Amino acid sequence: MIFLKSSISTRWFWAPSAAPSSAAVSLPDSCEEELLIRPLHSGDIYASFQFRTLWDTDFLHQGKKVSHYRLFPKSLGQVLSKFSVRELHISFTQGYWRTMQWGQPIVPSPPGAELWVWFHNTVADVDGNWKELTNVLSGIFCASLNFIDSTNTVQPSASFKPLGLGNATDHRFLRYATLPREIVCTENLTPWKKLLPCGSKAGLAVLMKSEKLFHSSFHSQAVHIRPVCKDWQCSSTAWELRQTLNVVFDLYTSGQGKKEWSLFKMFSRTLTEACPLASSSKVYVDVTDNPEGELFDLSPATSVLNTAVVLGDRRTYSVYDLTQKETFGQLRSLNLVLRWKGESDMLRPLLHAERYVAGFGLQTGEIHTLIYNNHPYRAFPVLLLDSVPWYLRLYIHTLTVTSKTRENKPSYIHYQPSKDRLRPHLLEMLVQLPPHSVTEVTVQFERALLKWTEYTPDPNHGFYVGSSVISALVPSVVAMDTNNTQERPLFSSFFPTKEESSYFVRVYTEPLLVNLPTPDFSMPYNVICLTCTVVAVGYGSFYNLLTRTFQVEEPSQPLAKRLANVIRRIRGVPLL
Amino acid sequence: MAAPLTLVLVLAVTIRAVLFRSSLAELISERVEVVSPLNAWKRVVEGLALLDLGVSPYSGDVFHETPLIIYLFHFVVDYAEIVFMIADGITAVCLYLAVQNYNKNVFRKQKYALEADRYPHDCLELMRSPREMHYIPLKVAMFYLLNPFTILSCVAKSTCGLNNAVIALFILSTLKGSALLSAIFLALATYQSIYPLTLFAPALLFLLQRLYIPVNLCRSSFWFFTLQYAFMFVGSLVVIVCLSFFLLGSWDFIPSVYGFILSVPDLTPNIGLFWYFFAEMFEHFRFFFICVFQINIFFYTIPLSIKLKEHPVFLIFMQIAIISIFKSYPTVGDIALYMAFLPAWSHLYRFLRNIFLVSCVLLACSALFPVLWHLWIYAGSANSNFYYAITLLFNVGQILLVSDYFYAYLRREHHLSQGLYLRRKDGSEATLVLK
Repeated sequence: MIFLKSSISTRWFWAPSAAPSSAAVSLPDSCEEELLIRPLHSGDIYASFQFRTLWDTDFLHQGKKVSHYRLFPKSLGQVLSKFSVRELHISFTQGYWRTMQWGQPIVPSPPGAELWVWFHNTVADVDGNWKELTNVLSGIFCASLNFIDSTNTVQPSASFKPLGLGNATDHRFLRYATLPREIVCTENLTPWKKLLPCGSKAGLAVLMKSEKLFHSSFHSQAVHIRPVCKDWQCSSTAWELRQTLNVVFDLYTSGQGKKEWSLFKMFSRTLTEACPLASSSKVYVDVTDNPEGELFDLSPATSVLNTAVVLGDRRTYSVYDLTQKETFGQLRSLNLVLRWKGESDMLRPLLHAERYVAGFGLQTGEIHTLIYNNHPYRAFPVLLLDSVPWYLRLYIHTLTVTSKTRENKPSYIHYQPSKDRLRPHLLEMLVQLPPHSVTEVTVQFERALLKWTEYTPDPNHGFYVGSSVISALVPSVVAMDTNNTQERPLFSSFFPTKEESSYFVRVYTEPLLVNLPTPDFSMPYNVICLTCTVVAVGYGSFYNLLTRTFQVEEPSQPLAKRLANVIRRIRGVPLL
Repeated sequence: MAAPLTLVLVLAVTIRAVLFRSSLAELISERVEVVSPLNAWKRVVEGLALLDLGVSPYSGDVFHETPLIIYLFHFVVDYAEIVFMIADGITAVCLYLAVQNYNKNVFRKQKYALEADRYPHDCLELMRSPREMHYIPLKVAMFYLLNPFTILSCVAKSTCGLNNAVIALFILSTLKGSALLSAIFLALATYQSIYPLTLFAPALLFLLQRLYIPVNLCRSSFWFFTLQYAFMFVGSLVVIVCLSFFLLGSWDFIPSVYGFILSVPDLTPNIGLFWYFFAEMFEHFRFFFICVFQINIFFYTIPLSIKLKEHPVFLIFMQIAIISIFKSYPTVGDIALYMAFLPAWSHLYRFLRNIFLVSCVLLACSALFPVLWHLWIYAGSANSNFYYAITLLFNVGQILLVSDYFYAYLRREHHLSQGLYLRRKDGSEATLVLK
C-alpha cells in the first residue's frame, strides 16, 4: 500500500529529537483518522469514522507508573492500569442495523449499550473489578452503565474471544453485559469526542455535530482498546485505542427525497484541514458499484483509488488524503457530493438474523431466532449467544433448532440457567447452517411476577431483552489478507483475519420488548391489611374454638333491671 | 366392599385416561391453580433435561423438586401418566382402608361406652349405626378419586399427587398401629415438603392412645415412647437426606428445595395468600412477614393437640387442612386431600352452621378463578386485584369450612357428655354458646 512507508517516515519526522535513552517515553504514539462513506442500495448513506491511536507503552507493568500522556487519553489509560484490563470494548447504539437493506456493518453493535472486557489473568477478584469498572466508565461516558450488575452480566465461553493479541482462553476473565434500554444522546457524544487527540476542533471530528448525527436512522459510537503488534515484525506489543462512530443517514428524513448526498447535507459542515496530530487522515468513498460512473456522480473527482478486501468482498474506494493541501482545492474546504443517477439492485448479505417473541397473554411466550444463510452452496457453523434476563424463565427442554423443516441438533450447547435476582440465563450454541436456508431456534419461556419495587416507573412499556449475538466465520469469495500488521485502511482491519478463505462476522439481532404481568402498584397497604385479615379470620375462629367451651346461655337482663338489682342489693331487699 | 371400590377405581382411571388423551391435558398442566413452581410437571422435565445437558438442576431457579423425584422419574418418565394414576389409586385405597379401620374403632368404643352407660339418655339419636357407617370408606375413596380437583391435579401430572399418596400411606400405617412405618412415611412426606412435620403430633397421640399410654408429661412411659418415635422419624429423615446427597454429590438441593419453600422468592400467582402479599410487601418488612406466615402454619399444632388429644384422627384432618390453606404454594391437589375426609364426619351434619354458604363460596370461587385469570393475563381488561380477591374469598371459604367442622365436632362431643336437649335453669330450652 502506498501509505505504508509514508506513515512510518512521518512518525520519524514528527518525533521530537530526543536522545535514544528517553525515546521510550514520548515518542511511540501515533494516531490516524479515517472516514468511510458508503452509499447504500436503499439510497441511504453510511458514514463510518475511525480514529486509531497506537501507543507503545505498558500499562500493566507493575513497577512503572505511566504519567506522561500525549495522544492517548489519560482517563482511559488510568482505567486500564487500575483495573488490569486487557481488552475493553464498549459501544453505544441508537437504532437497529438493518442487514437486509444495508449489508454488513463495518463495526457491528447491538442497540443500547454493550460492554465486554477481558481482564488480565493476574486479577484476583474479577467481579469486584468489573463492578468498579462499570461505574468508572459510567462517569467517563455520562451513561448509566451503573445498571450493569450480576443480573445482566454473563461470561460467554466461546463467542467473545480476544480481538487483540493474547492467547487467553479462560473465560473466567471475560465479562459481557448489554443494556438494551440505554439511550444515546449528545451527552454521550461529548465525552466521547473529548477522548480524541484533536478533540472536535480539527480533522474529521469537526463533522461530528450532534444535531445532524442524531437525526439519523442508526447511530453508534464505540471505543475499542486492545493490545496489538507494534509493527509488522511483531517484536513487541502496543496498545491500540480505536474510536468508531457509525451513522446511517436516511434518505427521506433528511432531505427532500432527492437522492443526493454531500458532506454538508449530512453533517452541516465541510472539511477544512486534517488533524495536525494525526499521521494519516483520509476519506474513503466506496465506488465499487460505480466503476463507469453509471450509478452516481462523485465530486470533486479524484484519481486516487484504493482497493481493499472488506468482509469477504473486494471493494474499490476513492481516497481523499486530507494531509495533502490539494485535496481541499481552491475554496480550502472539501465537500464531497454524490449525485445518484440510476437504480441499483438489492444485495444479499450472506448471514443475517432476526428475532421475535411469539405467543399471546402475559403468562408464557416463545423466543424465535431466525438465522439466514444466503450462501448458495456453502454451509458454515455459527455461534449463537443468548443472554435472557432471569424474569423470563427459559425452559431448555423446549429448545428446538430446525433448518429447512428438519431438526438440526447443535454440536455444542453451553447453558447456564439463571438464578432469580442474581444472574441471567446464558445459552451458547454452535449451529451448522445448511446452504441457502433459514434456521429457526425456538425456546419457550414463562413470565415471572416481580416484586412491586422491581418494576421500572413505566412498567407497561415492557422489559428489554438484549440482542442475541451471532458470531461466525463466513466463507469469503475473495481471498482475505491474513497479514495483519501491514498498513491497511482502518475499516478493513477491525477484526483480525486468521485464514484466507473466511472472514469473521458478528451479527446482532433486535432486542426484544416483553411485557410482564404487573401487580397493582397502588395497593401495598390494602393488600397487607386484607391478607392479614384473612389470616386473622382463621386465627380468630381457631382461637375461639380452642379457648372457649360450650355453656348454656343465660339470657342477660336488660340494663334497667340490672341497675335496679344493684340498688336493691345495697338496700338488702330481694332482687327482681 | 372390594367390588364397589374396584368399580370406583376403574371409573376414576377411565376418566383420567380420557382426559390424558384429549387436548385438555396441555391446557390443564399450564393452569396456575393446579400446578405451582414446586410441583409442576414441566419443571420436572426441565430438571431432567438440565441433567442430560450436564448442568445440575439446582444451579438454576426452575427446578425445586427433591432428588428422590429425579431418581424416580429418571426411570419412569415415559410412563409418567401411569405413575400418577397409580399414585391416586394408592391414595384412595389407603384412605379407604384407614377410614374403615377408624370406623371400626369408633364403633367399638361407642359400644363399650354405651354398655358402660356413659352417655346421657337423650343422646341416643347421636349414636352412629353400622348401617350408616358402612358406606363411609367407599364415599371417602369416591370423594378423593372423583373430586374434580384431584382429576385436574392428576391430568396435569403435578407431583402433588405423589405427596398425597405418601401422606395417605402415613395415615394408614398410623391407624394400623405400626410406629416404624408411620415414622418412615412421615419422614418421606416431610422430606418432600416441610409442612407435614406438624403431623408428628397427631400420629404420636394416636399411637400413644392405641398403646394405652396416658398422655402425661410426668410419666416416663410417655417420654419413652415419644423418644422412640422421634428417633425413628429423625433417623429415617437423615437417611433419606443423605441418600439425596449421594445422588448429585452436593448439598445444593437444600437451599433450592427447602430454602425455596420457606423464603418464597418466586411470586407466581396461585390460590394461596403468599404471592400477592409478598409482591406488594415493603422490602423492610419482608423477612418479618415471611417468618410470621411460616410460623402461622406450625403454631396451631400444640393448641390443637391439647384440645383434641382424645381425637387424634380429627386432629390429623385439621392439620392437613391447615397445611393446605396456609402453605406457601398451595394447589387444588392439596385441598382434595382434606376434602376426601369430609364423608367421615357426615354425622356432624346437623351441627354445621354455615355449610350452605361455604359450599356456595367454594363453588363460585372455583368457577371464577379461570375467568379472572383470563381477564387479567389474556384479555388485559382486569388486573391482578381481581384474581387476588377471589384468592382471598376462596381461602376464607376454606377457613370457614374447617372451623365449621371443628365447631360441629366439639359440639357433638359436648352433647355426648352433657346431653342433647339442654334446659336452662328455669326449664326453658337452652341455646349453647361459646364462652
